[in-house]
Amino acid sequence: MGPLVVNEIISENTNLLLAFFIGIGFGFVLEQGGFSSSRKLAGVFYGYDAVVLKVFFTGAITAMLGLLFMSLFGWIDLNLVYVNETFIWSAIIGGVVMGAGFIMGGYCPGTSFCGAAIGKIDAMIFIVGLFLGVFIFAEGYPMWEGLYKAGFMGSPRISEFFNVSEGLFALFVIIAAVLMFWGAEWAEKKFPREEY
Amino acid sequence: MNPYLAGVLLGLVVIAANFISGRSVGASGAIKSAIVAGVETVAPSHAENATFYKEFSQGHTGNPLNSWLVYQMLGVVVGGFLSGVISKRLTWKVEHNPKIQSRTRLIFALAGGVLFGIGSQFGRGCTSGSALSGMAVLSLGGFISMMAIFGTAFALAYFFRKLWI
Repeated sequence: MGPLVVNEIISENTNLLLAFFIGIGFGFVLEQGGFSSSRKLAGVFYGYDAVVLKVFFTGAITAMLGLLFMSLFGWIDLNLVYVNETFIWSAIIGGVVMGAGFIMGGYCPGTSFCGAAIGKIDAMIFIVGLFLGVFIFAEGYPMWEGLYKAGFMGSPRISEFFNVSEGLFALFVIIAAVLMFWGAEWAEKKFPREEY
Repeated sequence: MNPYLAGVLLGLVVIAANFISGRSVGASGAIKSAIVAGVETVAPSHAENATFYKEFSQGHTGNPLNSWLVYQMLGVVVGGFLSGVISKRLTWKVEHNPKIQSRTRLIFALAGGVLFGIGSQFGRGCTSGSALSGMAVLSLGGFISMMAIFGTAFALAYFFRKLWI
């Protein structure tokens, strides 16, 4: 029963080796999806290419449903799976700053490594920026440590927070995603761009 | 590749990560590990005294680079490269909207990276580690991150449109 390393079915060293292979899969799929191109990534914000929306939400839903079904079949114990903590103010501020970084830089950290892997120089410069940004945060940490740690809410699942079942919440996400996909297909036809 | 198919495959990668390692994919955390490792090597007394680095070593044993995410990101580079080879997309270039210059693109790529570096620390993760992985396990924090990232990017899109269209 999963997770394998938590249940000590595999060792920590095997886990790290498998992390490398999971990364290969991750990088391969991202690049195949076209995420190595900043102009494709930014396209969703202007309508001409909604690849980010389609891949991201299909991925999130596939993973969400897959994990829920695996839990149902007793193949994985979801209580042993890491759920990232919620620090409400830090999450919002971080998201806003990242959103600005996304629309300016046209990449996010994972995709920038894919872009760099195929030779995109703008992706490499983005990565330099990432290191600088993390360093700036680290050096200035005493100034924002309070904000960073404010509003701790534990690790609630959205379903618990809104008091609905996980399956029902997954259904809402699917419905929302289908509506967005429909909108995305419309937008791509309405705001086409020539080859990029 | 059809984006919906790519999405399904991406979901399978996330499932595999959770099944094997009890955690999901990410990216920005590897940068954090690298910065901590760098500072510990170059300025060890600073790393021992400054809060950020102290807190990191309190939460982690051993070399910061010996971490799940760092190995995962090495894999991402290999996987991206392999995909580029197979699909013949290997190229040295500064990809940019033809209406702007390369230099402009690179300045904004750097600025975008700096903002993402800072933002990912506040967000305790980026679009991969917080938003995508968070959504997969129904994390509230992940969902909030995702809304904030995409909402802000949409809201600012008009002001940066010259970069892209």
